[in-house]
Amino acid sequence: MTLSRRRVRAVFRKELREYRHNGNIVYAMAILPLVFLIQPLISVFTLPAAASGSLRHEHSLLYMLAIPVLVPAALAAYSVVGERLQGTLEPLLATPIRSEELLLGKALAAFVPSVVVAYGVFALFIAVVELFAHAGVASALIRGPDLLAQLVFTPLLATWSIWVGIAVSARSADPRTAGQLSILVSLPTVAVTSLIAFNVIPPTLGVALAFGAGLLVLIRLGGRFASALFDRERLITSTK
Amino acid sequence: MSVENLSKRFGPRLAFSDVSFEVGHGEVFGFLGPNGAGKTTTVRTLGTLIAPTSGSAIVAGYALVPENGVEIRGRISIMPEAPGLYLRLSVAENLQCFAELYEVADPKDRIERALRAVKLTERADDACGRLSKGLRQRVALARALLSDPQVLFLDEPTSGLDPAAARDVHDLIGGLRQRGVTIFLTTHRLEEAERLCDRVAILNTTMRTIGRPDELRDELFAKTLTVRTAAALADPDRVFADVSALDSWRTDGAATYVLTVSDVAQAAPAVTRALVAAGADVLSIAESRHSLEDVYLDLVDHEDTEAGIQ
Repeated sequence: MTLSRRRVRAVFRKELREYRHNGNIVYAMAILPLVFLIQPLISVFTLPAAASGSLRHEHSLLYMLAIPVLVPAALAAYSVVGERLQGTLEPLLATPIRSEELLLGKALAAFVPSVVVAYGVFALFIAVVELFAHAGVASALIRGPDLLAQLVFTPLLATWSIWVGIAVSARSADPRTAGQLSILVSLPTVAVTSLIAFNVIPPTLGVALAFGAGLLVLIRLGGRFASALFDRERLITSTK
Repeated sequence: MSVENLSKRFGPRLAFSDVSFEVGHGEVFGFLGPNGAGKTTTVRTLGTLIAPTSGSAIVAGYALVPENGVEIRGRISIMPEAPGLYLRLSVAENLQCFAELYEVADPKDRIERALRAVKLTERADDACGRLSKGLRQRVALARALLSDPQVLFLDEPTSGLDPAAARDVHDLIGGLRQRGVTIFLTTHRLEEAERLCDRVAILNTTMRTIGRPDELRDELFAKTLTVRTAAALADPDRVFADVSALDSWRTDGAATYVLTVSDVAQAAPAVTRALVAAGADVLSIAESRHSLEDVYLDLVDHEDTEAGIQ
């Protein structure tokens, strides 16, 4: 089976255009990252230079890995149920598009803005810390391995979260429920990154590799699972 | 398009059963039936959106099997009853998305042509959410035309439209028929089916009848002449006795006679001559024409009555 790039691109473009005009989606994309940006910034600015020693035992940057988990989960949760709600799913599925092309287009459309937002917020945080925090605090917070982890795990976490969101969306009748459920299902991943950030799980190379491998497996399974749950007939006729 | 013994069941519920028909190239085929008769499910099945439970079909030259889904959907277009447009996107953006999904060559030109066909060129940049129901229906029709389909499924295309908007859609269907597009039209509007369709089928879970509207009328209803005279005939038996092509007659009021005839063209002049010869003052002689609606109601009511008796 060969997938059509053109059809994937058509869905991708359409989704991005819809995001642009959908206030709820823009709100979801903005509010979550802000929550994860403001709280650590306040902490950083209230810290005296003497606190840099204790900061060296934490990995506060990794706390921000929650952004690429939660933002795409919220976006992807709307992807299928939103089409059903608008009554656009039937005309869409009546075209020659394959289910895989549709899901891939939707996944890409959730992936790109999520990763851009996650990297953007992360870059903003680093810039603000470097410019305005005490030098000791800045050097304790911003460390090479944490930066690398952020860069590598952001797309992986986003992809996993997107498949979860699409799978939930394919089986939901209400966008709000789908959004809440997909964030709920994604929370264990946030818990793991938070435990690493606060040094409960020591962030060693081995842990990073195991986490990365685990995510790759989850992504593969998640994609298949989402595809299996996307049952055209059930979605069109709403029979269970 | 050829359909043979096609059935669809959702668990214990039968959507339609044992449906068979053929639709020729360039034909406008009407699919009529009451609510819940299985019309939309039939369209969805033929459009590969849902799988049949049993039976077989050939759509746009391809066997209706899951492996041919992409090929079939690439050669047909379905306009569902609800337009299903992206309301936040403009008319042009909606069409652009679907032109890409159908992988049409030169999408810009195709979109312009489709917009011209539905007279919406001026509204191309308007958000679909700002359009009236009738205009949205036209956008949906433009979307269905984008791929130059071999078979076009129109599910209640004039549902909820005002008479002027419905007439525009009718004109468009007429234009498509002239271009040789095969049209499968499901509708509740019987006068619409009668006006547009070469043949119609009446479905009520199972196929009730199929044929040209005039054929169906002839099959189900006897041809009649209604004669009105100024005064009641003294001896109508004698007046009508020698009229050729007359099968029977009955009175319908004091000076009105309903004549069942085998051939209207032969019977009407003969009746006129007999009445004049009898010295009757003839007010009118008219052929009673049955509409497709009569055919439909006769079949559906008959079925309802049978179901009630059971």
